[in-house]
Amino acid sequence: MFVLIVGAGRVGSAVAKATLAAGHEISVLDEDPLSHERLDKDQRDSWEDSGGQFTLGTALEIDALLEAGIERADVFIAATNGDNTNLVIAQIARRRFNVPKVIVRVLDPYRAQWYEEQGLHTICPTQHAIVMFERAVLGDDAGAVAARG
Amino acid sequence: MYIVIVGAGKVGWNLARELMQKRHEVTLIESDRRRYLVVEQELEHAAQYGDGTELWVLERAGIQRADMVIAVTGDDEDNILICQMAKEKFLCERIIARANNPRNLQHFKLLGIQPAVSATDLILRLIEHEVPKYGMVHLLDLAEDRLEIIELEVADAAPAAGRPVRDIQMPTGSLIISVLRSDGGFVPSPDTVVEAGDEVLVVLDPGLEDEITRHFIGDGQPDDD
Repeated sequence: MFVLIVGAGRVGSAVAKATLAAGHEISVLDEDPLSHERLDKDQRDSWEDSGGQFTLGTALEIDALLEAGIERADVFIAATNGDNTNLVIAQIARRRFNVPKVIVRVLDPYRAQWYEEQGLHTICPTQHAIVMFERAVLGDDAGAVAARG
Repeated sequence: MYIVIVGAGKVGWNLARELMQKRHEVTLIESDRRRYLVVEQELEHAAQYGDGTELWVLERAGIQRADMVIAVTGDDEDNILICQMAKEKFLCERIIARANNPRNLQHFKLLGIQPAVSATDLILRLIEHEVPKYGMVHLLDLAEDRLEIIELEVADAAPAAGRPVRDIQMPTGSLIISVLRSDGGFVPSPDTVVEAGDEVLVVLDPGLEDEITRHFIGDGQPDDD
């Protein structure tokens, strides 16, 4: 499996490392050179020596996406710090490059829900946090609240 | 009309002002608090504070009844998302988006966000207009309808100079629609004689430019100076 992750913050870089450790091919695209350090951190070898790929560039630049290997990606993960950037590049991955599996991080629960209804696979950390907080505060009563989402 | 504008930069603010003067109902949404407070002093209740990419902010602005949504923030992703939600979630029939980076125009098109306006692109076209390459200027691409309109200046030694329109052998799929002369423009008849120095507007199927240009430039060869 070839996985392309755009945005290597805390989430993106952790998923990238786990994917590499699981024996998959992995490419990371980020506009910040510092994110490369995050990939190297706590690793025995450098990211590249471990078999990872890293491309410096912005997500909306088609050239950067091509360099990062979007054309042969089996999985595309949009995990930059901007909801709108993630939603736009996820749709580009799906509609223009026909990536089979596209996963997009959206912090705003409402936007996440609507785009999920439009067929995107969204992950909303905020929604998970809300549910966990509700459970922590309300205990078992939180079930009904969480289900309303 | 009721028009929702997102982004109160120079473009958004002036648009709101002009549209209100034309007696349209306008809501202008701005996410920067300080900018909002400046704009609100003039536009009062027509200005709203909030992130126009959030659904509830758009709903608060009454996007459900908007006849038109215009997204002119400084972020292309935001403009794409705002217009996409306006069109597909709130079923607004008319949208206009600003493309800050002309290289992003392809993304607007891919996601069905049309028309997208790029100031850079417009200025580039104006520059082409001022410094015509081979005397030909692209005026308008009707991309969806696969038609273009171009403007050509008739050179002194052009095959078409001094001939009536009926004798100029325009390729199938093209038509001379106007002649611009020092005393004004007009729609030519088959008998109209095209003169050197005229500017002609031609509507055409894309791809015929070279064949058409040949009739209006000097010796069939572009002038390099």
